[in-house]
Order: sequence, then structure tokens, then C-alpha cells
Amino acid sequence: MFPEALQAHIAPAVNDFINGLIEAYTPFFDSVAGGILTVLITINDFLVIVPWWGYILAVGILSWYSSKKIVASLILASLPYFIGMFGLWPMAIESLSVIITSVLLALIIGLPMGVLMAEVKSVAFVLRPLLDGMQTMPSFVYLIPAMMLFGLGKVPAVFATLIYALPPVIRLTALGLNQVPKPVEEAALAYGATRWQLIKEVRLPLAMPSILAGVNQTTMMALAMVVISSMIGARGLGQEVLVSINRIDVGRGFEAGMSVVFLAIVIDRLTQNLAKKWEPPKR
Amino acid sequence: MDTPASSGSIVVQDLWKIFSRKSGISFSSSDTEDDSLVEQLDKSDDAVVAMKGVSFTVKEGETFIIMGLSGSGKSTLIRCLLRLVEPTSGDIIVNGKNVTAMSKSELVAFRRENIAMVFQHYGLLPHRTVLDNVGFGLKLRGEEKEAYRKKALGALEMVGLKGWEKYHPAALSGGMRQRVGIARALVMDAPILLMDEPFSGLDPLIRRELQDEMIRLQKEMKKTVFFVTHDLSEALRMGDRMAVMKHGEIVQIGSPDEVIANPADEYVARFVQDEREQLERTEQALAKEKQGKEAAPHVS
Repeated sequence: MFPEALQAHIAPAVNDFINGLIEAYTPFFDSVAGGILTVLITINDFLVIVPWWGYILAVGILSWYSSKKIVASLILASLPYFIGMFGLWPMAIESLSVIITSVLLALIIGLPMGVLMAEVKSVAFVLRPLLDGMQTMPSFVYLIPAMMLFGLGKVPAVFATLIYALPPVIRLTALGLNQVPKPVEEAALAYGATRWQLIKEVRLPLAMPSILAGVNQTTMMALAMVVISSMIGARGLGQEVLVSINRIDVGRGFEAGMSVVFLAIVIDRLTQNLAKKWEPPKR
Repeated sequence: MDTPASSGSIVVQDLWKIFSRKSGISFSSSDTEDDSLVEQLDKSDDAVVAMKGVSFTVKEGETFIIMGLSGSGKSTLIRCLLRLVEPTSGDIIVNGKNVTAMSKSELVAFRRENIAMVFQHYGLLPHRTVLDNVGFGLKLRGEEKEAYRKKALGALEMVGLKGWEKYHPAALSGGMRQRVGIARALVMDAPILLMDEPFSGLDPLIRRELQDEMIRLQKEMKKTVFFVTHDLSEALRMGDRMAVMKHGEIVQIGSPDEVIANPADEYVARFVQDEREQLERTEQALAKEKQGKEAAPHVS
């Protein structure tokens, strides 16, 4: 066994830190929570306005536009119908609003961070272990402080989702930028590209497929957090799953679980197809 | 055209480049003056001495060839002229301007106005059309879309790619891609053209075609061309003067004929041996053919 004499704890320090944070910065966190809540409500309001068949139509059209496959598009468009059929439509919309808000915030924060990570070596050096930590730290660990700082409900859910879903977009943005073929970069430099022109005209466009893969990943991870964040009171499909588990209602849990899967498939296929549109044309 | 045609000289004085293989070590210009240190570095694994005191002058309007095997430092040299690779020491003077002393912003302006470069691996942007690839340099310079597209169209016509402007590079063959690369360089209207093994990756027929094309264009434009190649026959066809590089040093400078006739050392001699044998063989063959026919139809 590990000798007891060598034990030392950082737990009290972390507790003190979080408590100090709550005491000193409550107004700050409240205003952040208010901001996120405004975005959430705006997005939710919009999502509610659209009628159910509007989603089915939109999914079908977007899918056909981006892939030109009729059968695949029809199947994809039918998936939201099943969610409604299970009676889970309002919950799906609530989950969707959390996902969209998280992904938007993840992109706003993640894209510039990714560019920075690719451009500045020291940033990459610091960020890499941090991202590893964000991805592997069990999410319950930060769900609790998130709840303490932001209260119950969807706002801490967005915050927790952000921590979980931010790494892929940062990583894949940086990866895409670093993977730009050297001859292309060299040619741009030879013709007098400034550093900013090199990023804007050459590196970002060429990194676009990778960046969009990051967006896709981030969305998928946000979706995975939907269920977990129901534990801190975010309503939606996750809550349905949670309730069914508590009541040992396997059938109801299955319906809710399938709805999460359908939502995931729809979002995944749409973002992937759109990513393909950005790949450099073959002809 | 206006001023550029009157200026296009390159003077390189005692240029050195030492690449460090270990991170954290860098070399200053004083290091290159220490002969024993250079020798030591050359042998060690920590550094690569890519250029050792290279000096030459390229006159305005001539085609100057740098020839050497891979690893002889010729790619490093051509990149140093634009400071795509930072030389360790030495001076580069282009059109009377000291390139080595330029600040970052001066360098950008210099690259935009004075020199255009053609690359072995084309360096085209896969997400832009052929037309926008050709106009890319002008765009970087800040020209409007209308203006640069019009000029790019003209340049495409010059290299025989009219009608291909809407395609993307992926749709083009290697030879056509390099024509795009050449058009992109020509459209800049710079007095100096750098070509880094532009035809090395192409098959022999296309290579010859593009060489002829360059010779034709050069007759019209009379630019200063700095041309890197490892192909002696290419050097002979294109060059007014040539320099042979070996292990980072220039071992001989002269007209191609001089180099073939009087190789400076064994290395150059081996280099030109094939060419001499081929010349003899061609002469014999031609003589035979002449006996057969009255006059052989010959395309040059």
C-alpha cells in the first residue's frame, strides 16, 4: 500500500478556491449565467416557432442539397418524425437548444484558440495537457461546481457541455492549419503574403475540412452530455432517460434513448455532408 | 512596360547557410568565419552546412542556371534569394537593394514587386480556380478582383491554357499545372523569375515542350531568370551561363559550352560525361541519317 505518511490533499484548496470564487464573483457568474440564458431562450423561442413538419422538410432539403442522395435524405428526414411519434418532441427541442447554444459558444471560443494553438508554439504547449484534462476528467466532477456557480438548470448544462465539447474543435482547427502542404505555404510567402494573408487566404481555407470535422465532433460530444446534464436539472431528452432509469421503465428509457440517437444521426449526417462540400473540388 | 525591365540583377556575396538539427542552437554570421568550426559542424550530426560562401553575379536579362545533385544546396540557395530560408551570413543584393538587411515589411513589399517564383511542386491552391490561382500574387498585392482576373486571363492565354480558367488544379495534368505556375509568375510582371526545378517532375515530352515555351517567352520578355535544375541537358538548352554546385559550394561558373568543354574538376566532369557521350552519339546518328536522306527534317 501507499504509505500513509506520504499522503497530502489538494481537496481543501480546491474547495476553498470554489467557495472563494462563489463569494467574490457571484455577480460576475450571475451576469454570465444571464447572458447564456438569454442566448438559450432566444434559440429556444426560434426552435419552438418552427412547426414539426418544418424540421422534417428542412432536414430532407439540407440533406439532399449537400449529398444529392434521395433515399438517404428521405430516411434522414423521417427520423425526427419518430421522435414526435414517441411523444418526445418538446424534450427534443429543449435538448436541441442546449446543444446549439453550447456548440455556438464552443465555436466562438474554440476557433480562435485553434488558430492561436497552431500559430504560437507556447500556447500549444500549455493548451494540449489542458485539453486532455478537459476531455478525460469525469464530467460529474465539474457538474457540481458548475451547478454551484450557475445554479440549477440549462445554464450549468451549457457550461459543462462546453468544457466537454470544446477540445475537439480547438484540436482539429490546429491540426488542419498545421497540415497545410508546405509547398503551397511557401508559394504564398514567395508572392509576398503577410502572416495574416497566409492564414486567411491559404491556411484557413485549406484547413476547412478538418475544422468542420471538429465542429461535427463537438456537436456529437455536446449531444452525449445531454443525458448527463439532466442530473443538474437540465430538462429535455436526458431527463426522460433519467426518469425512466429511476422508475425502471425499460420501454420508456428505450424510446428516449432512441430519440437521442436519431437526433445524433441527423446532426451528424448533416454536418458531415456540409463538411464534404468544403473539400477542394476534384474537377 | 515601365521601369522593371531596366533592373534585374542579382549579386550574391559570400552566402552561408548552416541548418541546425538540434533545437535551441542557432548560428550567427561570425560562426561562418571560423573555418575549423565549420568543418567540425559539417562532420557533426547537430548541423548541416548547406551553403559555404557562395558568391556570384547574375546580369540583367540573362538566364542563369544553378546545377547540382540533390543535397548540393541549390534549393537552399534559391530560397535564400527571397529569404524563404534565412541565410546565416552573406549579402544578397537585388536591383541594388540589399535583401539581407530588409525588415519584415520591406521584405513583403520586395517579394511582391521584384521577384516571381515557379516551384517544382507547383504550390497551387487546390480550393481556387486556375484563374484565381494565376491572379493570387496580384491579389496579395492588393489589386481588385476585376483587375487581377483580367491580367490573369491574359497570362493564361500566353501559356496556352485559354479555356481552362474555371477548372481547379486537381483537374489538370502535371504539365498544365506547371503552366499555371508559370502564368502566375509572369502575371506579376516582375523583372526577375526564380525557377526551382520547375520541370523535374514532368515526363520528358512535356518537359521539352515547356522548356521550348519558356525559351519562347523569354525571347519576348527578356527577364532575368534564375533557374535551378539537376538536369544538364535542360541547363544546356535554357542557360546563358551556369554554375555547378557541390556540397554547398560553387565549383564552376561559365557558359554551358565552357563547362562541357573544360570541366573544372572530376565532379563536373562526371556530371557532363553523359552529355558528351550523348552528343557524340547524336552526331553519329545524324551523320548516318544524312547519308540516307538529303536533309533530315529537324525540329528544334
